[in-house]
Amino acid sequence: MPITRSKLLLLQILVAFVVLVIWHMGATVPIAGFYLFPKFFFSTPVDVIRRVVKLFVTGLIWKHLWITLTETVLAFAIGSLSGILIGFWFARKPLVAAVFDPYIKMINALPRVVLAPIFMLWLGLGIWSKVALGVTLVFFIVFFNVYQGVKEVSPVVLANARMLGMNERQLFRHVYWPSALSWMFSSLHTSVGFALVGAVVGEYLGAAAGLGYVIHEAEGTFDVTGVFAGMVVLAAFVLVIDWAVTLIENRLLVWRPETATGGQ
Amino acid sequence: MRESSQDDVTSDHIAVDLDSVSIVYQTASGPPYAAVAPTSLTVLDGEFVAIVGPTGCGKSTILNVAAGLIRPAEGVVRLFGEPLAGLNRLAGYLFQQNSLMPWKTAVDNVAISLEVAGTPRGEALIQARQWLTQVGLGSFLDRYPHQLSGGQRKRVGLAQVLIRHPKVLLMDEPFGPLDAQMRQIMGNLLLDLWAADRKAVLFVTHDLEEAIALADRVVIMSAGPEARIIGDHSIDLERPRDASEIRLNARFHDLHRMIWNQLKEEVVMAYHHQVAPKGCA
Repeated sequence: MPITRSKLLLLQILVAFVVLVIWHMGATVPIAGFYLFPKFFFSTPVDVIRRVVKLFVTGLIWKHLWITLTETVLAFAIGSLSGILIGFWFARKPLVAAVFDPYIKMINALPRVVLAPIFMLWLGLGIWSKVALGVTLVFFIVFFNVYQGVKEVSPVVLANARMLGMNERQLFRHVYWPSALSWMFSSLHTSVGFALVGAVVGEYLGAAAGLGYVIHEAEGTFDVTGVFAGMVVLAAFVLVIDWAVTLIENRLLVWRPETATGGQ
Repeated sequence: MRESSQDDVTSDHIAVDLDSVSIVYQTASGPPYAAVAPTSLTVLDGEFVAIVGPTGCGKSTILNVAAGLIRPAEGVVRLFGEPLAGLNRLAGYLFQQNSLMPWKTAVDNVAISLEVAGTPRGEALIQARQWLTQVGLGSFLDRYPHQLSGGQRKRVGLAQVLIRHPKVLLMDEPFGPLDAQMRQIMGNLLLDLWAADRKAVLFVTHDLEEAIALADRVVIMSAGPEARIIGDHSIDLERPRDASEIRLNARFHDLHRMIWNQLKEEVVMAYHHQVAPKGCA
């Protein structure tokens, strides 16, 4: 049974509609004197939407969005760059990789949230403690992927490149680098997502601005509507970033079978 | 004229000279594996030599030694009289598996061969387009390898290797993964390109018919371990040849029958002890 695009969209909207209606009914229509979703704990969809609109109309949210976006981009950039550099270094120098292997595993096994207080102590309540938290998340994803990408270059492609007369520098540029990049980009969604997680969690734990801060503040005053509104904005924000990442990915990975056939 | 004695040929007419070369693999556990017993093989300049033998380590290993990708345990490799140190810079190597860079288009894959040697990109692209047109891919210049069929990828590979005008062409079952018809078409393409500018060719295949149809000399290798050369046959079929029509020729059948009798025993033997270690397909 073929599903057309419009039909799919209709069904998707229907799901959202049903959930919102149940939520709204549960919060406003009492059943035998009881509310299924008491307003105090659940707010109502109408209130949440009204609050979201207000946040944007008053322009209050823009500053927070901008801060969170800055933190996310910085965390992603710094984490990726260091991941690429160290990933390459380790892949080309097996001794270094072997020596550091247990430490890398140890740090990666650590739940990153516990580092947040230390970063705040070191870097203060500004954006840099959030960036640092994001970096610790992004770095490992990129690092592992680049490491893998360099190590898993097809031996035949490598031998062929050598036979074509490439020197080490040319091999790096034409073989190792594209291979590592393709692995890195395959994890782009995950690493951008983690950069955002780092930023928001950092803000939540202690900040003066950002989406995490908005949610945390609303929670502090039992303003459930505010919490939900923050979550809606955050979700929309993630969708927009994810969409942008997809665009970049499709442009840079045209040579890959999966992405090239995906956009028919 | 079978096996003219090579003593009267001066050493610079010998393109590839494998002099008592033996190859041993160090296995991770257990004793070293002697893949190839001391073997000597020469390819004259402009000569097309095919190595045929049962599936195992020997043939491709010999080729990799000639390419400088593997160091022999003993023996010397000489190219036009000069001992080979490191990679063989005079040779073009056509691999059996996909060897194109998947992140480059067909034309970029061919142009890079010249670019790495210092040719400006613009000039390299012009020549790459000419070569791709010559191998029949004039309208597939901007395709990525995954958008090409197996046969088309082989054509790109051929252009990638030949654009450098290597003095020696090493081919490791280059048409192995293709179907029978495509192999004959590719065989003819190879013969055409080769006839235009005769290089020394060392061509490894497990397909005896292909070897006879293409080569001047067919060398038979025994099954590993300790593979060695057990037969060396001149193919006195006229050139230019057509790789598919020549199979109907009576002389072709005689040659095939004669060589096959020798090869058959080896194939059976190889079947009985398939002990080739991993990593040398």
